[in-house]
Amino acid sequence: MSILDSDFMRLAFATGAIVGVLAPAVGFFLVQRQMSLIGDGIGHLAFAGVALGYLLGISPVATALVASVAGAIGIEQLRSVRRAAGDQALALFLYVGLALGVVLLSAADSLNASVFAFLFGSILTVTTGDLILVATLGIASVAAVLALYRGLVAVAIDEEAARVSGVPVATLNVALAALAGITIGVSIRIVGILLIAALMVLPVMTASLVARSLRAALGLSMAIGAASVTAGLVLAYYLNLAPGGAIVLVAAAFYVAVSVAQALSGRRAHA
Amino acid sequence: MPVVRARDLSFAYPEGPAVLEGVDLDVQAGEFVGIAGPNGGGKTTLIRLVVGLEQPTGGELEVFGGPPPQATGANRIGYLPQRAEIGLSAPITVREVVESGRVSVAGIFGALSTEDEAAVDEAIERVGLSEKAGERLTRLSGGQRQRAFIAKALAGGPKLLVLDEPTTGVDADAQERLAELLDELRAQLGVTILYVSHEFGAIEPYAERLVVVRSGIVFDGAPSALPDVWHDPSHVHP
Repeated sequence: MSILDSDFMRLAFATGAIVGVLAPAVGFFLVQRQMSLIGDGIGHLAFAGVALGYLLGISPVATALVASVAGAIGIEQLRSVRRAAGDQALALFLYVGLALGVVLLSAADSLNASVFAFLFGSILTVTTGDLILVATLGIASVAAVLALYRGLVAVAIDEEAARVSGVPVATLNVALAALAGITIGVSIRIVGILLIAALMVLPVMTASLVARSLRAALGLSMAIGAASVTAGLVLAYYLNLAPGGAIVLVAAAFYVAVSVAQALSGRRAHA
Repeated sequence: MPVVRARDLSFAYPEGPAVLEGVDLDVQAGEFVGIAGPNGGGKTTLIRLVVGLEQPTGGELEVFGGPPPQATGANRIGYLPQRAEIGLSAPITVREVVESGRVSVAGIFGALSTEDEAAVDEAIERVGLSEKAGERLTRLSGGQRQRAFIAKALAGGPKLLVLDEPTTGVDADAQERLAELLDELRAQLGVTILYVSHEFGAIEPYAERLVVVRSGIVFDGAPSALPDVWHDPSHVHP
């Protein structure tokens, strides 16, 4: 029996491909701005969103999406108002999100194994409705990243210089935060809340080792992200693993492999 | 109309002591002004006020005849902070850095027009990096990196170029070549230059005016008129 004979795997691969491209595309700009950990903060807010969904008896994915976007914009606003306290703003949202999630899940009497699917991803839980939501928001978000590429790069290189020269920095920052929130919201089913931040960062780190330009690094990041998700899902299917863990370990393996290959080729060049 | 006009300008952080007090300053179009002074003396604060990144707590400040945030459109400012925010491990090329300086003119959407591309090429050429345009920034020397960032500022066609300690970590030769380049740019483009440095030896031959800042302006004149004892700005006393 082929891996694609199952409906749930076809749904998982289709959703995963979109997530695999989107996560590094948005993460790319967070890495360049040395804000790699913001995905973790937003992920923990998404956890509170999932818990709210359980409590209210509505789709946890929808409530997580709303919580992610609202939280991401909140972190950005706090960061921009109190510029020196970016890490503190992140810590505040991270811990409050986690605590709120646990409290809400307890209140909903849902603090049980079903939550694991949201924390680490699950192949079996992707529905056609999820795919439609992920495809709509994912494709629109990738299109937004590409359309805003030039402005996002200008802000990544130097936010203050961009502001002085008249670039709409505040608008671009809110747009990037909202895109990060959407990315995490739509990635919950496949990668899980606790590991999505890694998929936003690891492919970018790998691509940055070998790319000769920023544009090439962005394209390569998206390709590595898609390859990591595809390979991770295959491993998860055959070895009965949580997909989020398998995907992130594949992404990490890409980084290690490229680093080692570079080190060896450098040693050979110096020999 | 002066490019920069300050009257009794002051600035203090909330609940902190005054960083600047009673600053009167006129900078005319096309001037090359060196701004020097000891660390903590307020020189960086002064130019952050000029470019609109900080708001005065007292006095008046006009840039191009209006409050600093209005210094856009035809009156663009090219600003080089002490250190760019992008990590040096980023795989960014010289051309990509300079293209980002064109966003203020070209807007944030879509591809650059032929005219924008030409402006980027011209800016790279002016700083002498045409042959390095496709190279990663990490492969360049400190002086060449600074030239790339000057080209980025030039790509937007600024009328005022503001540089904050642009030669930090750059050797003496590169500092002098940078000052020479700025002097050429002023002559060719008529751009006004404000150059902040705590070591102003390199710009002395080119800056026609030196302003020494220590809470207020304690010297404003030709570099040659600066008393010898003040050539080490850390020993400046009002």
